[in-house]
Amino acid sequence: MFPTPIEKSSAAVQTGYKIMLPVALILWLLPLISIMIFSVKPDADFTTGNYWGLPSSFEFFTNYGRVFFDSDMPRYMLNSILITVPTVIGCVILSSMTGFALGVYKFRSNLWIFFMFIAGNFVPFQILMVPVRDLTLDMGLYNTIAGLVLFHIAFQTGFCTLFMRNFIRALPFELIEAARVEGISEWRIFWYVVLPLMKPALAAMAVLIFTFIWNDFFWAIVLTQGVETQPVTAGITSFNAQFRAAYHLMSAGAIVAALPPVAMFFLMQKHFIAGLTLGAVK
Amino acid sequence: MSVQAPGAEQRSWYKRNEIAVTPWLFLIPGVIFFMVYVIIPIFQSFYYSTLDWDGLGEPVQIGLQNYAELFDDDAFYVSLRNNVIWLFLYLLAIPAGLGIALLLNQTIFGIRLYKSLFFFPFVISQVVVGLVFTWFYDPTFGIFNVVLGWVGLGPINVLGDERFVTYGIIAAGLWPQTAYCMILYLTGLNAVDPEQIEAGRLDGAKGWRMLWHVVVPQLKPATFIAFVVTIIGALRSFDLISIMTNGGPFGESRVLSFYMFEVALSEYGFRMGYGAAVAVVLFIIMLFFITYFLWSMYQDEKGR
Repeated sequence: MFPTPIEKSSAAVQTGYKIMLPVALILWLLPLISIMIFSVKPDADFTTGNYWGLPSSFEFFTNYGRVFFDSDMPRYMLNSILITVPTVIGCVILSSMTGFALGVYKFRSNLWIFFMFIAGNFVPFQILMVPVRDLTLDMGLYNTIAGLVLFHIAFQTGFCTLFMRNFIRALPFELIEAARVEGISEWRIFWYVVLPLMKPALAAMAVLIFTFIWNDFFWAIVLTQGVETQPVTAGITSFNAQFRAAYHLMSAGAIVAALPPVAMFFLMQKHFIAGLTLGAVK
Repeated sequence: MSVQAPGAEQRSWYKRNEIAVTPWLFLIPGVIFFMVYVIIPIFQSFYYSTLDWDGLGEPVQIGLQNYAELFDDDAFYVSLRNNVIWLFLYLLAIPAGLGIALLLNQTIFGIRLYKSLFFFPFVISQVVVGLVFTWFYDPTFGIFNVVLGWVGLGPINVLGDERFVTYGIIAAGLWPQTAYCMILYLTGLNAVDPEQIEAGRLDGAKGWRMLWHVVVPQLKPATFIAFVVTIIGALRSFDLISIMTNGGPFGESRVLSFYMFEVALSEYGFRMGYGAAVAVVLFIIMLFFITYFLWSMYQDEKGR
């Protein structure tokens, strides 16, 4: 193990390490901690210039209550869910199929199709803006949740295919060959042999895609406008315009917007981290 | 019997070619989606870049005039310069991530929670990161200036000063990116071969020498992914700029992806063709990296 385990060093070093860790963590998360403090402060603290002192009163319920009952935030959150969940489902379906095809079968263009998915996924997606916006307008899907979802599914399929294909490659191929010898048809092999084995990978991928899509901002402002369709990342700018200079409310709004992926991360931590490494760091 | 014959024949054709046909059946939906929304639009951008078009009226073919205009456009050069700064400074996330990973690669009580909390910034939307850092830099109350005040330095309006603005935004971007690299390296460190470490220790290697000659070579897969995601992240930087400065002051914090959005879709005009021309330039920059990434992956595939 590298670096040398801390238990092997002197007691002083060990204590030092244990003190240093929380201090480093607080410094690391300082920007975040500051808006958490902001979000429970009363309005008066900002007018009197008490930015960094203790809150003069604890206004958690007032501030967060106003975010939920006095603004469009709940609607934006709902939109985010309506965008994120179908995208995750679509990606899981499409990429388990493409990953299976590219991971199990050997045919001449296999690697080329695989590289097409990867190359497309590596592109700075902003360059797709003009054509994709135009395409969405032509299909009559501009400013609809469906238009945004379709694009997200398509784009994320690149990443998901990479992910699923690498995972399927690592499965024992004998299982599939044994099934073929038994005379089981190919799609049944997919459904009854490979898919059950893919469950952990699918979970990892789903968590990751959920975070990516929830946090998307660019496509939200390119393909949607207004409170009926925009997700929370885009909606937060109009929220901030509504509560201009009300830092306690803007902080509370930012925290609410950031919360779902954070919750997802803590619930599905193991899967999440497996997902990030693309299954390539073994 | 003769009624069933065609059906039976067809089934047997499928049966005979099942292994050749099945992958294509599985690929069709995904490939069509990806083609329509990603691959074809990349090439369409080249076509759009030869148009003078506001997105509504009749497009007019103007050949390479958009590129000629780009050549004389100061804002384009500012964006390009900032993109280069982004590319280089963003790479700092890799050593920083490795550093934090080494710091946290211990087995004391509660270390898992520490690792998760250090990873936190990556999970949060860049929009929120942007807001948080805007307040962090705020000249009247931001912690950044409070701390500067302690050491006797005057308040600096980081986001309002054209000399500092890009660096300020990159620092905000490094925060989540470092967290990402950290988690890649933590996973990589798990896979480091303990026997080689022991062998290194017997040879008298320790500290930096051990890190550089024994550990880092074994972390190569993690480094590769960290490099890929960091380069892509640098070229995709948009959210932070849009939230923190909206390109300002005086357009000094623009990058290509932001400038493209600005000319094509903001109140500054609806010049789809010109925006597409910027997109093509960005794509060509990325093409170098994509070629390199794919080439490395191809070498890796051949090795299997």
